[in-house]
Amino acid sequence: MIIETRDLEQTYSSGGRPLTVLRQINLSIAPREFVAVMGPSGSGKTTLLGLLAGLDRPTRGVVRLDGDDLGSLSEDARARLRAEKVGFVFQTFQLMPTLTALENVLVPLELRGGADGAAAELRARQLLERVGLGDRVDHYPAQLSGGEQQRVGVARAFAAEPKVLLADEPTGSLDAETGRAVIDLLVELNRDAGTTLVLVTHDPALAARARRVIRLVGGTIVADARTEGQ
Amino acid sequence: MRLPFALALAWRESRGSRRRLALYLGSVSLGVAALVAITSFGANVRTSVQAQARTLLGADLELRARAPFPDSVEAVLDSVRRSGVPLARVTSFASMVLAPRTGRTRLIEVRAVSGEFPFYGTVATDPPGLWTSFRATRTLIVDPAVLVYLEARVGDTLNIGDARFVVAGVVTRAPGDAALWTAIGPRVFLPAQFLDETNLLRFGSLAQYRAYVQMPDDDVQRFLNRHNALFQRHRIGNETVAEQEEDLTRAVGRLARWLGLVGLVALLLGGLGVGSAVNVFVGDKLDSAALLRCLGARQRAVLAVYLLQAIALGLVGAGVGVVLGLLVQAVLPMVLSGLLPLEISTALQWSPILAGLGIGVGTAVLFALPPLLRLQAVSPLRALRHDLDGGGRASRLWRLAVYGALFIGLIALSVWQAPRRQVGFAFAGSVLVTTALLWLTARSLMGATRRWFPRRASYVVRQGVANLFRPQNQTTAVILAIGFGVFLIATLYVVQRNLLDQLALDSRPDRPNLVFFDVQLDQRHGVVRVLAERGVSALGVTPIVPARIARLNGRPTDSLTADTLGRVPSRWALRRDYRNTYRDTLVSSERLTAGAWWVGSTARREGELPRISVEEELAGDLGVRVGDRITWNVQGVPVETQIASLRQVSWARFEPNFFVVFEPGVLERAPQTFVLLARVGDATRRAELQRDVVLAYPNVVSVDLTLVQQAVDGIVSKVTLAIRFMALFSIGSGLVILVGALAASRLQRIREAVLLKTIGASAGQVRRIFLTEYCAWGSLAALTGVLLAGMAGWALVTQLFELRFRLPALALVGVWATVVGLVAAVGLANSRAALSKPPLAVLRELSE
Repeated sequence: MIIETRDLEQTYSSGGRPLTVLRQINLSIAPREFVAVMGPSGSGKTTLLGLLAGLDRPTRGVVRLDGDDLGSLSEDARARLRAEKVGFVFQTFQLMPTLTALENVLVPLELRGGADGAAAELRARQLLERVGLGDRVDHYPAQLSGGEQQRVGVARAFAAEPKVLLADEPTGSLDAETGRAVIDLLVELNRDAGTTLVLVTHDPALAARARRVIRLVGGTIVADARTEGQ
Repeated sequence: MRLPFALALAWRESRGSRRRLALYLGSVSLGVAALVAITSFGANVRTSVQAQARTLLGADLELRARAPFPDSVEAVLDSVRRSGVPLARVTSFASMVLAPRTGRTRLIEVRAVSGEFPFYGTVATDPPGLWTSFRATRTLIVDPAVLVYLEARVGDTLNIGDARFVVAGVVTRAPGDAALWTAIGPRVFLPAQFLDETNLLRFGSLAQYRAYVQMPDDDVQRFLNRHNALFQRHRIGNETVAEQEEDLTRAVGRLARWLGLVGLVALLLGGLGVGSAVNVFVGDKLDSAALLRCLGARQRAVLAVYLLQAIALGLVGAGVGVVLGLLVQAVLPMVLSGLLPLEISTALQWSPILAGLGIGVGTAVLFALPPLLRLQAVSPLRALRHDLDGGGRASRLWRLAVYGALFIGLIALSVWQAPRRQVGFAFAGSVLVTTALLWLTARSLMGATRRWFPRRASYVVRQGVANLFRPQNQTTAVILAIGFGVFLIATLYVVQRNLLDQLALDSRPDRPNLVFFDVQLDQRHGVVRVLAERGVSALGVTPIVPARIARLNGRPTDSLTADTLGRVPSRWALRRDYRNTYRDTLVSSERLTAGAWWVGSTARREGELPRISVEEELAGDLGVRVGDRITWNVQGVPVETQIASLRQVSWARFEPNFFVVFEPGVLERAPQTFVLLARVGDATRRAELQRDVVLAYPNVVSVDLTLVQQAVDGIVSKVTLAIRFMALFSIGSGLVILVGALAASRLQRIREAVLLKTIGASAGQVRRIFLTEYCAWGSLAALTGVLLAGMAGWALVTQLFELRFRLPALALVGVWATVVGLVAAVGLANSRAALSKPPLAVLRELSE
């Protein structure tokens, strides 16, 4: 299993009172799986995704990523793990406004360090080519449309050849058609690179393309079903 | 919209942004604080002067002259005394004083006192009560510094000229003394009846003769009116209490106003901070403004809502500034102490407080207006479509009005604060020019950074530098404000260092460091012999011949000054006492600018006038050219001369320089004294040599230039300290703007930190990115200031002071490093939240 959780629980304090966002989450995700996480607003989808990426320590329970227990690692060790094994796509793209498209894609490679500069740049260019932005490498985010920005985001997520790709409502800020194109790209890259894909979404049409759909309500898993997928 | 509603809406609308805005308005606070502090200090000084004026002068009227009062004047004074009016005399001159026990000598101001002076105020002594009793015996009382310099103590004997006195005690406080001056030019007081025993008042010695009178103010005026002509004729000056008060008030007022201009810079920088802060604020408020317009508010009403917020917050900022200023004002007397001859009482002055409030609000509003215009012009459609591009453009008329108001405001403020109207205009002009230059420098440095930054640098560094160009980053405003402060402080430093370096004589082995004045004709060879016994050779013996101008081109000076038609030569130049010399060569500090020097042609033909060379600017003051004739009164003997050449003189050199040089062969037989220069490396040997000369020739005055240099050093540091203190407010304003800019970009910074962490950056990497950004910020700001300071310093040193320029590069690098450290520290301290927040918490906020 590439991702495993046992009795995962996350509690925040809200207005001085404890608020349990996730409880009793037990999950196993195999390599190369394509999993969609669905649920209404406030059901804990994003928190789950964040815990899988080690963005915070769980209040209780265990998260394993490719065999490592995230709860036992320091903040920086988890960051290093992400740099090596996890790609992330955000709903609001989250590109660095001061960097060009190419530089944005290069960030994960450069953060990881030790990379050959020329080789990294070549890879970044190829990825941008792949997402259809070969002619816009030197544009700044403000000069790109929403769909184009998200494609840069996807290229960045794949830059470091991660084992796991986590996407938080990747089409949430895009119109239907652009959103579909971005998902096509994700699925395609996922298939070619052999990545595990976990995707949080509201969109049933998008969820329908996954092989497995997990439904969260009020912080617990209410359904975990395999589908036909595509 | 009615005003009450606009007020209510303004209040409600400001919810959520109040704290942040208050921070921005803090940048106005510092400027207001600086102004309030300096103006209320000035007002306090004025009240203190009014209260103490009579004590400061010590009498109701002072008469003074450069020579003993002639018999005709003495007769007037006699009749005054006979009528029962109290009269006192003080004769003062500089002389060498020797302490035989320690072997120390020092040039000290000697004051011979007779009569009940001062009539107002008391001179406090230790032991107490000496001031009235010491004059009966052959004793002295001295300023404490005298004992320090001579390593003497009360009870020691001091030699002054040919007389010996016992030190009875020290003066602990005398009215009208400025601590700094008495420390640099300390005095000994001796009873007037023993003055003659010193044998010091000889030919050529510079002495001041003063008479003090105590009489009602009306009588003073009547007395002066009656004897005006007599006093004029004998060059007897006078000072009344009213004049003294006026002079002091004016001098202090001018000092306060000059310092206030430095404070004004801080205020204007604060205004810049307000402008850039309101710009960010407007960006946040465009939607609300559009919504108000959608709901039917008129353009003017929208502007009113936000303008009221700016006014209210300006008031808060100015209020904080006033309180701060009053606190600082309590510190100012300490910074300026030593420069002022009186005690300053600190009292609450209302006019500076009200002025501070008004100026603070005015500045805040003026600088807030240009960005606020964007809100006024926002399209209502924006309420429906957020992506509509930011704000409209106000109509040309509005913009013209606002920028016009800003411009007029700047000039009005400057003129109001400046000591003179021209200075105000010049100040406003130089602020505009300096700001433009700083802005240009900042922009080109930023451009250069962006363009030529090495692509191969590590990602962390590149990202940090790229952050300078983050939207809403206020980089230019921060660089301008901090750069301005650095510019002021660094310029002062550069000029000060260059001035002091010129006086650093010890480092140059060929320059004299010991000067002997007032050497009489018959003592010349004797002094040279005393020097030779110590193995020292005189570097130069310069004759000095006192003289006055009697006629210009044949016309008597009296008729020239009385002339009301045509160009009148300056009164000062006509009437002053000249100290001329004669020699056959130019010296190194001189350059000929017109005519010819008398090289090799010293033999004068029969019937030709003796030739002289006149300093260029003096020639301008006298209105004379090469070929014109000047008739001198040399101790009663008329000597007619012709101007053969004009010279430019570098006065800043520590050498005997002269306005007028005669050709040799004319003045050799005239009454004259000599100046001898020598160089002695070792300080102890210098002191011993001075002692030997004083023992042999008590009237010869010697000055150790290294001591003069230390004294000048002391004065310059004291004066620049006050300016530097005010310049600190500019740096403070810069830092407040920096904090404001950091607060404005806080959310963005947190998001970036989280994003980077999410895609695998360690906390250390994120911190290093921020650190790089702040260091770049500080670097550019400091570099901007230091670059311009170098140029301004060069201009001031070479053009104004006419000295050689040397760039104190190492010190400027130090300034630069300090600023970088300061900015980085403030930056990191304000970024803790962005660094410490766990990424998931932010991600949840972003997506839900």
